[in-house]
Amino acid sequence: MTLRKPPLRDVHDERGATFTEFGGWDMPVEFDSIKLEHRAVRETVGIFDVSHMGEIEVTGPDAEALMQRLTSNDVTALDAGDSQYSMITDEDGHVIDDSVVYRLPDDDEADYLFVPNAGHDEQMHDRWTTYRDEWGLDATVNNATDEYAMYALQGPDAPDLLGEVAEDSLSDLSKFEAKYVSVAGVECWVARTGYTGEDGFELILPSTEATTVWEALDCQPCGLGSRDTLRMEMGFLLSGQDFDHEDDPRDPYEAGVGFTVKLDTEFVGRDALEQVKEEGVEDEFVGIKLVDRGVPRHGYDVTNTDNIVIGEVTSGTMSPTLNEPIALGYVPTEYADPGTVVRVMVRGQSKKAKVASTPFIDN
Amino acid sequence: MSFEVPDDRKYMESHEWATNADDTAKVGITDFAQDELGDVVFVELPSEGDELTKDEEFGVVESIKAVSDLYSPVNGTVVAVNEALHDQPELVNDDPFGEGWMLEVELDDDSGLDELLSAGEYREQIE
Repeated sequence: MTLRKPPLRDVHDERGATFTEFGGWDMPVEFDSIKLEHRAVRETVGIFDVSHMGEIEVTGPDAEALMQRLTSNDVTALDAGDSQYSMITDEDGHVIDDSVVYRLPDDDEADYLFVPNAGHDEQMHDRWTTYRDEWGLDATVNNATDEYAMYALQGPDAPDLLGEVAEDSLSDLSKFEAKYVSVAGVECWVARTGYTGEDGFELILPSTEATTVWEALDCQPCGLGSRDTLRMEMGFLLSGQDFDHEDDPRDPYEAGVGFTVKLDTEFVGRDALEQVKEEGVEDEFVGIKLVDRGVPRHGYDVTNTDNIVIGEVTSGTMSPTLNEPIALGYVPTEYADPGTVVRVMVRGQSKKAKVASTPFIDN
Repeated sequence: MSFEVPDDRKYMESHEWATNADDTAKVGITDFAQDELGDVVFVELPSEGDELTKDEEFGVVESIKAVSDLYSPVNGTVVAVNEALHDQPELVNDDPFGEGWMLEVELDDDSGLDELLSAGEYREQIE
C-alpha cells in the first residue's frame, strides 16, 4: 500500500528527518533527537507536522443533530470558536476514535470541523454519511483531510512565536478556543489546543500554503517520537494503542475520559455507557512507574505480586523529563489506586512497579 | 552522513566493536548503531565473571524508540563492566568508541577475534 504523505514530506527529508509509518502516513518521527525535541517543547517551543490527522467538515441544517448523535460530548454547548474533546463510540459504548470537535464561525461554510486520528478519516466520513442517510438528516459531510496541513506549535514560548507572525492578537484565545488568524499571510484555523501538556496552538491551513506557514514558525521541528513521549508524560490516550476498537475495545469510563460522556444527550453508545456508569468499570486506565531498572513497552504484561497477569502496558517509555521509566495501561479497579505495587514483565524479567497518578509530571 | 569507524578495532555485522589488545578486548557498539538507535536510555549488561560466546546475545541496549539485542564479538570472560552506563546510558550516544564502552573481556584462546570485520570491511557495510 502506498503511504499517504504530508505536504512537507520532502522538506522534512531534506532537513534530515527519519520517518515512520503511522496510520497509513509516512511521517517524520525524529528530526534531531527525541530527547532534544522533547526538551524544546517543555522548555521553549517546538513545532510538529501533524498533517496525518484527519479533517471532516459537517455542514447544513442538521449538522448539529448529526454531530450530537455521533459524538459523546454535548456539541450544543459549543459557541462559535469553541472546541471540545469527544469520543466516537459504537452501540456497545466502545471507543472507535477520539477527536476534537470545533464549532466554526457562523459565517463559515461549514458548521463543524472535527479531527479524527491518522487513517480514520475515511472510516469517519463513511460513518457520518451512513448514519445521516439512515436518520434522514440534511447535512453535508466533507472529508477535507487532503486539503489541509496541520501543525502543532507547542511549548511555553509558543504564544510569543505565533504572536510575531500572526496578524491578529492571540492573547484572547483561551484553552480550547479557536479562530481564523492570518499567519504569514495565510488564513489558518488556530486553536489553543495540543497534545503535549504545554501551552500552544494547533493550526489547520490549506495544504497549498504548507511551506509558508511552516517556515514562518521557525523553531525546533519535532517528530512523532517526542510527541509520543510528551503525551505519555501527561497520560493522554493514543488511538490504536491505548484503545483499539478491533483488538482492545475500551469504553470512555475505563479509558479515564468519562468527562467526555454527556448522558443527557442522545448518541450512539449512550445506553450502553449509562449501564457502565451505573455498574462501574472492571478495569481502569492508570499510570505505572517502574521501581526496578528497565523500560516498559507496549504489550508487556502487568502482573500482581503473585505473578498473575492482571493487565498489559499499552504505552511505555523512559520519561525524558523525569528520566524514569513510565507506562500506561489497564488494570482491574482493585489495583488502580496510586501506590499499589504491581510488576511488569520486561523481556521475561519481572520488574517491581507502582501504580501512579497521571499526569506523571507537574504541569 | 559519515560515521566514525576507527581502524584500531574490529567489527561485527550487527554493529558491535571489539578492540584488539593482547589478551583482553573492550566491547561496545558503533557510531552507526548509536545513530540508528537514537537516544539510548537503558543498557543491560552481563556481570563480571560471566562467559560470553561469540555471536550470542550478551545484553540489550534500549533507546526511546527501540530495543536491540547485543551480540558478543568474541569468546571470553567478562572482567569489567562499564558501570557508568547505568546512570549515564547517553554515553553510548556521546562517545560510542570511548566513554560509551560496555565490557572488557578476557579472551579465550579461540576468541574468534580474527573472524571479525576490519574497519574497511565494516565501512563498506554501512555505506
